[in-house]
Amino acid sequence: MQFALFLFEDEATFHALPEDQQMAIVEEHMAFSKELQAAGAYVTGVALEPAGTGRCLKAAGDIQDGPYADTKEQMGGVYVINAGSMAEAEAWARKCPVHKSGGTIEIRPVPDYGSA
Amino acid sequence: MAAPDSSVTDARAAAEWAARTCYGKLVAQLTAQYGDVTLAEDVLAEAFASALASWPVSGVPDNPEAWLMKAASRKAVDAARKAGTAARHARTTRPLMTDADMTPPEKDGSVDRDRRLELLFLCAHPALPAPAHTALMLQTVLGFTAEDIAAAMLESPAAIGQRLARAKRLLAKGNIPFAIPPDHIRRERMAAVLRAIYAAYTSGWENIAGGTDPVTGLASEAEWLARCLIRQVPGDAEAKGLLALILYCESRRAARRDSAGRYVPLNDQDTALWDEARIREATALLTEASQAKSPGRFQLEAAIQAVHAARRETGCTDWALICQLYQALRSTAPSAGAQIGEAAARLQAGEPETALTLLDAIAGKETAQHAPYWAVRAHVLYALGEVEAAHTALQNAASLTPDEATRTWLLTRRRDT
Repeated sequence: MQFALFLFEDEATFHALPEDQQMAIVEEHMAFSKELQAAGAYVTGVALEPAGTGRCLKAAGDIQDGPYADTKEQMGGVYVINAGSMAEAEAWARKCPVHKSGGTIEIRPVPDYGSA
Repeated sequence: MAAPDSSVTDARAAAEWAARTCYGKLVAQLTAQYGDVTLAEDVLAEAFASALASWPVSGVPDNPEAWLMKAASRKAVDAARKAGTAARHARTTRPLMTDADMTPPEKDGSVDRDRRLELLFLCAHPALPAPAHTALMLQTVLGFTAEDIAAAMLESPAAIGQRLARAKRLLAKGNIPFAIPPDHIRRERMAAVLRAIYAAYTSGWENIAGGTDPVTGLASEAEWLARCLIRQVPGDAEAKGLLALILYCESRRAARRDSAGRYVPLNDQDTALWDEARIREATALLTEASQAKSPGRFQLEAAIQAVHAARRETGCTDWALICQLYQALRSTAPSAGAQIGEAAARLQAGEPETALTLLDAIAGKETAQHAPYWAVRAHVLYALGEVEAAHTALQNAASLTPDEATRTWLLTRRRDT
C-alpha cells in the first residue's frame, strides 16, 4: 500500500542557510530518494517552491496569496512511498532529511482504488 | 490394463518430486539471474515439459535440480534473444534483460545459494496489493496454478487470476528489487511475509467456535513455507512463532471431526486424538523463540494455542491465562479476530458481560459478514439470557458459514431457555 509523507519545515530557517548548506540538504534528499528506489519503495516525490509563491482559491471564489494557514512551518514537499504498514512508513519517515533537521512529517495512508 | 512403462512412471515421479522440493528454489535462482519472475516461471515450466519428454528415454539425471536449472537457463537465454530481436524491431523501451545478464550460470547450472528468501520478500512487497501476496507465494514458490489457489482459498479462479495478473503487471514495471530489505524496515517486511504465509494457512477455514481451529485450507503448504522461511532466517523469533502456531493447530486435525463427520469444537475434542509429535515440536519452537525476548503477534497466538494444548496433560484449560495472552495480543497487534478470541475466552472464564463489551466495541461493517463474530456473540447472549437476540446471532453465523459440518453444529447450539 502507499503512504504520503507531507514535509513541514520552517522555510525561513532553510533560506537563511548559506547556499552550500542548502545544496547539502538537497543532496540528502536525493540520497533518501535513491534509498527508497533501491528498496522498491519510491513512488513519487516533489519539492515545493516557498509557500509565499503559492495562491489559495477560497470557496467564495476569491484568490489569496500565500499558503492556506499562517503557521511557523510550511509544507515544503511530498513523498509518496510503498510501505506494508504505518510502522514501516514511520521507519522511512525517520530516515527523511526533514526529520533529521527538526521538521514535522505528516504520514497519511493512500487508499487503493484498484488501478494498476 | 497393461502396467505403465516403468521408465515413464519413474520420470514422472522424479519430475513431481523435483517440482515439490525445488520449484521455488529454481524460480528464485532464475529470478535472481534474469530479474523477471514471470520469465522465470515460464522457462521453468518449459524445462519441466522437456524433462517429462526426455527423462523416460535418457533416464532420470543424477541431479534433477541442476538438470532443470540448466534447461531453464538455456530457455531463458533463447527467450531473451527473441525478446531482444523483437525489441529492436518494435523499438520497445525496456528489453527483457541486457547482454550481460545472458551468460548462463556457471558450474553446469547448479544452484549454489537458495534465494527463496528474496523470492518471499518479493512476493510480499508493499508495492503489490496485500491480498495478492499469498497467491503469488503459492504460485512462485510452490508452482500452484490460479485454479489450484482458487480451489484452496474458496475463491473464484477469475478473481485469483486477476489478482495474480495485476501483481505480475506491477512486478513487470521492474521497480521492485529482488533483494533482502534494508535493516530499518526489515522487521516490518518480515511481518508481511509471515502474514502472507499465515493467510495461506487460514484461507478457507472458519474459527467458528471462537478459538483458532482450522477445518480446511492450505495447511501443509503453509507449514512447508514456514519451514522454508525458518531455514533462511534461523534467528527470527516470529517465524518460529508462526510455525509453532501452525503446528499446534495442525496437531488437532484428527480430533476436529467425529466418526460421523460432525464438527467437534476445540473445547470438546478428545485430546488423545491430538498429534503429540507436532505439539512437542511446536512447544520446542516456542521455547526457542521466547529466548529472543521479543514477543510478537505470532508468538502470542502460538502461546494461546500452547495453553489449549496443555489440556492434554492437565485435563483442564487455564482460561484466565488465555484472557491475559489475548490482552497482550490485542495491545501488540489489534485486530477484530483477537477481540473475538478474547470475548470467547472471557465467556469461558465466566465473564459474559466483559465478552459482550468486547464484541460491541467491534460491531459494524467489518464484523457484519464475519461468521465467528456472530457465533461468539450468540453464545455470549445465551449466557446472558438474551434468548431472542441470541437466536438471531446464531442464524447470522450459520448463514455465513460455508462449511456444512460447522453449520450443522452451530444450529444444534440453539437454546430456548
